[in-house]
Amino acid sequence: MNNDLILLGHGSGGKLSHQLLDDLIIAKLSQTPVRGQNDAALLQIAGGKLAFTTDSYVVDPIFFPGGNIGDLAVNGTVNDLAMMGARPLYLSVGLILEEGFSKAELSLILDSMRTAAEGAGVKIVTGDTKVVPKGKGDRIFINTSGIGVVEHDLTIDGASGKPGDQVIVNGTIGDHGIAVLSAREGLEIDSGITSDSAALNGLVEELLALGGGLHVLRDPTRGGVATTLKEIAIQSGVTITLDEASLPINSGVKGVCAILGLDPLYVANEGKLLAIVAPECAEEALTIMRRHPQGKDAAVIGELAEGPDGRVQMKTSVGGLRGVEMLAGEQLPRIC
Amino acid sequence: MNYSDQFRDKDLVTGLARRIRTLTSGLDKPLTFMEVCGTHTMAIYQFGLRSLLPPQVRLISGPGCPVCVTPNGYLDRAIALCRLPDVIVATFGDMLRVPGSSSSLMEERAKGAEIKIVYSPLDAVQIAVKHPGKRVIFLGVGFETTAPTIAGSILAAQKLGLTNYFVLASHKTMPEPMGILSADPELSVDGYLCPAHVSAIIGADAYRFLCEEYQVPCVVTGFEPTDVLQGVEMLVRQRLAGESKVEIQYSRVVSWEGNAKAQAILAQVFTPFDADWRGIGMLPGSGLKIAEPYAAYDAELAIPVAVEPLKEHRGCQCGEILKGKVAPYDCPLFGTSCTPESPVGACMVSSEGTCAAAYKYGR
Repeated sequence: MNNDLILLGHGSGGKLSHQLLDDLIIAKLSQTPVRGQNDAALLQIAGGKLAFTTDSYVVDPIFFPGGNIGDLAVNGTVNDLAMMGARPLYLSVGLILEEGFSKAELSLILDSMRTAAEGAGVKIVTGDTKVVPKGKGDRIFINTSGIGVVEHDLTIDGASGKPGDQVIVNGTIGDHGIAVLSAREGLEIDSGITSDSAALNGLVEELLALGGGLHVLRDPTRGGVATTLKEIAIQSGVTITLDEASLPINSGVKGVCAILGLDPLYVANEGKLLAIVAPECAEEALTIMRRHPQGKDAAVIGELAEGPDGRVQMKTSVGGLRGVEMLAGEQLPRIC
Repeated sequence: MNYSDQFRDKDLVTGLARRIRTLTSGLDKPLTFMEVCGTHTMAIYQFGLRSLLPPQVRLISGPGCPVCVTPNGYLDRAIALCRLPDVIVATFGDMLRVPGSSSSLMEERAKGAEIKIVYSPLDAVQIAVKHPGKRVIFLGVGFETTAPTIAGSILAAQKLGLTNYFVLASHKTMPEPMGILSADPELSVDGYLCPAHVSAIIGADAYRFLCEEYQVPCVVTGFEPTDVLQGVEMLVRQRLAGESKVEIQYSRVVSWEGNAKAQAILAQVFTPFDADWRGIGMLPGSGLKIAEPYAAYDAELAIPVAVEPLKEHRGCQCGEILKGKVAPYDCPLFGTSCTPESPVGACMVSSEGTCAAAYKYGR
């Protein structure tokens, strides 16, 4: 096999992505150890802490049920900041447009970006636009970077999970990936599922009331809940056991996954977070989530325990026990 | 509760597992049952069913993953075809990562080959309609469940008058390898969980020869957890009673005679031939190739191409794994040089592959 080629799987968010990051990108550009890899960088600036992050959006199709590439680009970056417990403040926007792309469509996308930014309370303060010749891009790619401020002394990161902690998700999983997939040419499944694309900073702000009991926040985007929990299990050095029966999954998502042989645990989300909290805070965390519009279907889905480092397993709905691995290869390319 | 939830009912599953434990508690030698179909393998791993069964029941996986039993030579031909100008290869996604002798379709796609993932062969026909200047080749891999839809795509292409739609056919039929495995003295199978949807097409009668010639009990079993455990219980009961007969557990879908319409379309478009099974070898009459009247749609005949010489992967135990002789964990490559992201053998690639299931769910 030829190991020189970049494969689509390298962008899946799963194992290949991690290999590319660890072996090449982080090795060349940064010295951050695995334990310290989070959704955003935390920067000590005179007088306080800033969170800084960036993300590029190449979703196909650019319009899908429940959103488009524009609001996705705002919400995704806002969420990466929020997962550090930061209050998102400012975004940059880089647009890469393909020659021949429609101004009317661009206008719709920009409107969605503005609405999403207003909704999340962030300002778009700088940007850049490039046009590439026809065939050298695919209509529109967007990069957004974001800055947020950290106004508390809590340590919220992937390495802070402790045995006994509860895993809580704020709602149904797999909606975004299935909404995008259903809209794709050649599939056109009427699943009735809309993307969950949403900014989560409002919900996170309320969760900060949990104080020191709030250990980890992560948004399970590419690679899905399974891959994100595997990352956390590795970073925190714990075993995570999921309870399949408690996973909130829309029946439409279940149906499409059953037909196409997909596993909702690996399907991307764009408005979901996993909160890992001390056991005594679990009830309060659930209450906070359920009274928030972004958390009405919140559920406790698993628990951390001492045990083999980095293991994720699942109690199946029928009472069996099995392992859960990171996404291997590509499940659904270009979902964000 | 919806329809499929009933077959995943925890109390029913627990009750079935308890019954199997009680029935087998007096056995001093374990019973070995083979689940022939890849979808069974996946269900068993996905629901953690092995953890519910007593040590007296051993489940081994058989040659029922279509991607896994497809030999390297087929992939090499597909890879050679995708390198030709004006060719679009359409395929089910699982084929993409399967390594051929020196490359894979995924690698070829990264190098610029036009390869499209489809969920139905009829989508491949639509690609041919949209791209009249291209030759669209569908990779026809699968058992009797998939083959009728591929036969249907050839008939659809004919009806549309398309001259740019082709199928590279490597269809296999199920009962034949089960006969070979039954006759294998190294592998003593005490019963088969026969495939569910293959049997919906071919009918449960197709397995009678296994009971008559080899005295192996056969139960056509569905894919849900309650199905699988009930199938196991039926096999246990046959064994304890010293019987060997065909039973249908999956009676909500499978009949004794099968689907006559699907059988007719298979007989119309395909003709049996001696197919090469990865790890098992050439089996007389175990494959379906495109019949002479439809030769214009046969990619192998219609688009000649030089195929690289065959190179098997050293150390890969896919063959033994497909026969149920070796468990994934016993293969020296498993989890070390062979992983889902860099697979050596097909069993690690397909979503129905035994090694892929063991890697994803097993540990």
